[in-house]
This record gives sequence, structure tokens and C-alpha cells, in this order.
Amino acid sequence: MTPDSTERYTGVAIALHWLLALAIVASFCVGVYMSDLPFSPQRLKLYNWHKWAGICILALSALRLLWRLTHRPPADVPMPAWQQRASHAAHGLLYALFFAVPLAGWAYSSAAGFPIVVFGVLPLPDFVSPDKALAEAIKPLHATLAFVLAGVVVLHVAAALKHHFIDRDGLLDRMRPGRA
Amino acid sequence: MKTYLIVSVLSVAALFAAPACAQQVVPAGSEIAFTSKQMGVPVDGRFRKFDAQLSFDPKKPEAAKIAFTIDLASVSLGAAETEAEVVKPDWFDTKKFPQASFQSAAVKSAGAGKFEVAGKLTIKGASQNVVVPVALTQAGGITTATGGFVLKRLDFRIGDGDWKDTSMVANDVQVKFKLALTGVGAL
Repeated sequence: MTPDSTERYTGVAIALHWLLALAIVASFCVGVYMSDLPFSPQRLKLYNWHKWAGICILALSALRLLWRLTHRPPADVPMPAWQQRASHAAHGLLYALFFAVPLAGWAYSSAAGFPIVVFGVLPLPDFVSPDKALAEAIKPLHATLAFVLAGVVVLHVAAALKHHFIDRDGLLDRMRPGRA
Repeated sequence: MKTYLIVSVLSVAALFAAPACAQQVVPAGSEIAFTSKQMGVPVDGRFRKFDAQLSFDPKKPEAAKIAFTIDLASVSLGAAETEAEVVKPDWFDTKKFPQASFQSAAVKSAGAGKFEVAGKLTIKGASQNVVVPVALTQAGGITTATGGFVLKRLDFRIGDGDWKDTSMVANDVQVKFKLALTGVGAL
């Protein structure tokens, strides 16, 4: 049985994929850059933007997960079984990290005594209370999870490019923005 | 804790040594705290070291004299890096201006157990007149005064240079205090 090579993700799934791809890459870069900055208004601004972006990523990821669970993605393109397993595992891991990374960041911010106020107007509840020791424990967790996410994203991109340029199986077209 | 103990011992000692100046602040039951807003995020701080010289009879508030000094370097904020920053010249500049002070000019009654204290607040070499509503309660020989007011940080050049931008750090800073006092006459 040959899968329909013209089968594509839904428009909403494609929009969420690219929007979140952009938001996650940008937040990761800002996150890595800002942590080494000296105390300054610039640093404060970047920290807040990073937190706001993280909360948006969390909310959009919830929407995306809901969409994914209610809309069947296109069937796998033909590939060896191990690649199929690896691909499913990687996608599962990506989804888990879409939640784990921002949640750890939120917990770190709360534990550090800086509650998140989204866009400077919407205060979020603290699900952990201010605690310096806890903050110090969560900080490396947030960073480690973010780097794991970055690693899986690199793998994801490499696999997609391999399908497109080496296997030439039209996999990228399923997620390409615009009309099929 | 140790400082509190020493200060308490000194306070008690002063109580006996100078009966004319019998009213004292009990550090253990007292707190001077403030809340500033950074991009909408409330950040709480407090001062660990402060002292007051009081001469206050609730029956004759107009004769009262209240003076405060606060050691600005004793500031405590959530994060160590903020604490290290806030003593620098752009903020409190504690090397040049180690203390903030308040000196009352007029005290008047504002209802049962309530008073309005007008006076001069000096921080970082700049002075502003402020009116502070204070509520008093008494229990077991201790008079507790609570109150608060809003100060404009830029009036005192707190957060100078790059930090003048009030969209980053709001100009309004809410100051709140609770002072446990000994030797105050009955309300």
C-alpha cells in the first residue's frame, strides 16, 4: 500500500508548526544570550520577553496537542521500521518538551520570586512558592530540558532534510506552507 | 538575628540610660518593606537595619517628634544579584548616601488610633515632603504602628541613567511599614 504522497497536514497544523518553530528557536536563542548579560534594562526586557514567549509557546502547544489528537496526521511515508520508531519517539519527545521546558521556566521564575506577568498586564499564578534553593535546583533543569529540545529539533530538521534531499519522498511538502 | 539581638540589647540599655528618650523601636516586631514594579512584575524588598527616635504621646499628637534613619545597604531583595546592584550609584548609592531619613514636621489625629504624620523624607540627598497615614494598636505594652505611602523613585534619583525608563521600573514605589514600639502612652 503506497501512502498518498499528496496527503498534507491540515492548514491549522501547518500554521502552528511554523509559528511554534519560529517562537521556540527565537526563545531558545534569547534564553542562551540573556543569561550571560550583565544587570541592565536590556537584560530585564529580554527576560520578560522570554517569559512571555514561553507562556505563548505553552498555550499554543496545548492548542496544537488538542488539534493533533483530534485530527489524524498524514500516514508515514515508506521507511525502515527502526526509522519509523525513531520518528515516532522523537515526535513524542518534542511534544513532551513543548510543555516541560516552559513549565520548568515558569516554576523557576516563581521560585526565584519573580511571578510572571504576561505582557506586563496578566499576572500568572505561582504553582511553586518563592524559595531560593528550589530556584537554584530548577534553573539547570530548565536549561537542560531546553538543550535537549534543541538537540531533538536538530535531529528532526536533519531527518526532514534527509527525506527531502536523499530519499526524495516529498515528505517536506506535507508541512510546506501555502497550497498543495 | 544576631544584629537584632545586639540592637535589642542596646535598645533596652538605652531605655535605662536615657529615660527622656524612652520610646524605642523593637526590631524583632518591626518591618520596613517596599514593592516596586518591574515590567508589571511586583518585586518585594525590605530593610533589615533602621532606627527611630520618637517622642510621641497619642493624647498630644501635635507635640510629637518622629525621626527615622534607615541603613540603605541593609536592603534585602529576592535575588542576590539585585541586592548587589541596588547599592550602586544608579540606585541607592550607599557609599555616598548610606542612610535614608525621615523627620516629622506635623502630626495630627485622624480618628481613633489613626494619625497623619507629615514630614520630610530624604533619600540620596534629595528631600520630599510626604504625608503618611499611620494606624496604632496596642497590646501587652507594645504599640504597633502600621502605615504606608507611595513614593516616586525618580524624585530621589533611585534608578538613574539607563534605569530612568519608567516602562521598565515603575516610578511609583509602595512603601509599607510595621513598627513595634515600647514606651508609648495609652491611646
